[in-house]
Amino acid sequence: MIALLLRDLRLAVRAGGGFGLGLAFFLIVTVMVPLAVGPQPALLASIAPGVLWLGALLACLLSLDRLLALDWEDGSLDLLATAPLPLEAVVTIKALAHWITTGLPLVLAAPALGVLLNLPGPGYLWLVISLAAGTPALSVIGTFGAALTVGLKRGGLLLSLLVLPLYVPTLIFGAEVARRGAVGMDTATPLLMLVGISAGALALLPFASAAVLRVNLR
Amino acid sequence: MTQPAMNSSLWSYANPRKFLATTERLMPFLWTAALICLVTGLVWGFFFTPDDYRQGSTVKIIYLHVPSALMAINAWMMMLVASLIWLVRRHHVSALAARAAGPVGAVMTVIALVTGAIWGQPMWGTWWAWDPRLTSFLILFLFYLGYIALWEAIEDPDTAADLTGVLCLVGSVFALLSRYAVNFWNQGLHQGASLSMDAEENVADVFYLPLLVCIAGFVLLFIALVFYRTGTEIRARRIRALQARERAGA
Amino acid sequence: MMPDLGKYADTVLSAYAASILLLAALVALSLWRGRRLRRDMQDMEQRMRRDG
Repeated sequence: MIALLLRDLRLAVRAGGGFGLGLAFFLIVTVMVPLAVGPQPALLASIAPGVLWLGALLACLLSLDRLLALDWEDGSLDLLATAPLPLEAVVTIKALAHWITTGLPLVLAAPALGVLLNLPGPGYLWLVISLAAGTPALSVIGTFGAALTVGLKRGGLLLSLLVLPLYVPTLIFGAEVARRGAVGMDTATPLLMLVGISAGALALLPFASAAVLRVNLR
Repeated sequence: MTQPAMNSSLWSYANPRKFLATTERLMPFLWTAALICLVTGLVWGFFFTPDDYRQGSTVKIIYLHVPSALMAINAWMMMLVASLIWLVRRHHVSALAARAAGPVGAVMTVIALVTGAIWGQPMWGTWWAWDPRLTSFLILFLFYLGYIALWEAIEDPDTAADLTGVLCLVGSVFALLSRYAVNFWNQGLHQGASLSMDAEENVADVFYLPLLVCIAGFVLLFIALVFYRTGTEIRARRIRALQARERAGA
Repeated sequence: MMPDLGKYADTVLSAYAASILLLAALVALSLWRGRRLRRDMQDMEQRMRRDG
C-alpha cells in the first residue's frame, strides 16, 4: 500500500503537474477576482472566504482527470485490479495521493492568498481548518468521478459535470466555516457537518469508486 | 415461438417482450387518462377557482408548480428504485426505465423552476432568490444533467447501466445532503409544504381538489411517458443487437 | 369565458404557456423518437427474416 502511495507521489512530482499546476491555477483565480469585482477592501474581505474555497475546489477539480487516466492508459490499472490489494484500498490510496499533491498544497497556500483578498484577521485560522477538513472529501468524491469517467475518450468535461453537484454540500459547509470564522461567529455546527461529510465520504465512497472501476475494467 | 409458462409475479414484466406487449395494450388508456386528468385539472383550476385574497390570480400557477415539483422529486426516487433493481437483480428493463425517466424528471424540474420564477416575480419582487427550495431544485437539475450526460457518453449499454446506477445511488445521498446544507445555509422566503396533513398552512379546499386532479394528471403523464420511452429504449437496444449480428454475419 | 386575471394576467398566462410548451415538447420528442425507432426495428426484423 505504502509502495503504491510512494509510486503515485513520485510520478506526480516527476510529471511536474502535481504540485505546480493546481497551485498556479489557485493563484490565478485569486488574482483574477479583484480584477473582476474591483479593488474595494471591504468587498474583497467579505467575499474572500468564499472565493478562496471556490478557487481551491476548482483547482482540485482540474487535476482529477489525470488521477486515474494515466494508469488506465498504460495498463497498470489492470495490474492493480488483479493485485492482492483490494480495489477499495487502491482507490483510497489514489485519493490520498491526490490529496497530498493537490489538497495539502492548497491548504498551505490559502493563507498567503488570503492576504491578497484582504481576509480579516481571525479568518486565516478558520480558512486553514476548513480547507484541511474539507479537501479530503473533495479528493475522495473526485476519485469517484474519475473512476466513473475513466474509460471515456473525452471524459474531462463530463467529469466536471458529474463531480460539481457532488461537491455542493462540502462547498457550502466549508465556505460557511471560513465565512463565519472571518466575521467571528460560532463555527462549530458547520465544521462538524464538514468533518462528517469528509469522514462519511472517506468511509463509504471508496466502495462505490471500486465498484465503478471494476465495471470499467470489465 | 413457444413461450415458457409465465409466472404471474411482478418480475415477469422484466422480460422485455412481455413488457412491450403489456405496455402496448396499456398505453392508449394511460395517455387518455393522463390527458383527461390534466385537461380537467388545469381547466378547473384556471377557469373555475377563485383568486386568493393575498396572491390574486397568481395562485392559479399552483396547479402547475406543485405537481411538477412533486414529480421532479418522485422521478428521481423512481430512478433510484429502478437503478437498485438493476444493480441487484440485473433486469434490463429496469435499467432502461431509469434511463427513460431521466429526461422526464429533468423537464419536470425545469417546469417547477420556471413556474416558480414567474410566480416569484410579482410575489417576492424577484425572478430568482437563493432560497433553499429554489436552490435545491437547481442542484437537483444539475444532478439530472449529469445523470443524462453519463448515459449518453457511454457506448456499451450494460456498462452505462451499471455506472449510471451507481451514480444515481451516490447522487441521491449527495442530493439529500445538499438539501440539508442549503437549508442550513439560508432560511428562505418559500412557504412550507402546501400539502402537509396538518392543515395549519395548508391550502383551502377550493384550491385543493383541482390540485389533486392535476397531480393525478402529472403522475399519469409521467407513467405514460416512462412506459413509452422505456419501450423506445428496448427497441433501440434490440436494433443495436440486430446490427451487431448483421455485421458479424456479413 | 376568460376569467378576470386582474393585474397578474401576464404572470399566470406566461406560466401556463411555458409549462404547456415544455410538456408538449417532451411528449413530442418522445413520440418522434419512439416512432422512428419502432419503424427502424420493423424494417430490420423484416430484412433479417428475408435474408434468413
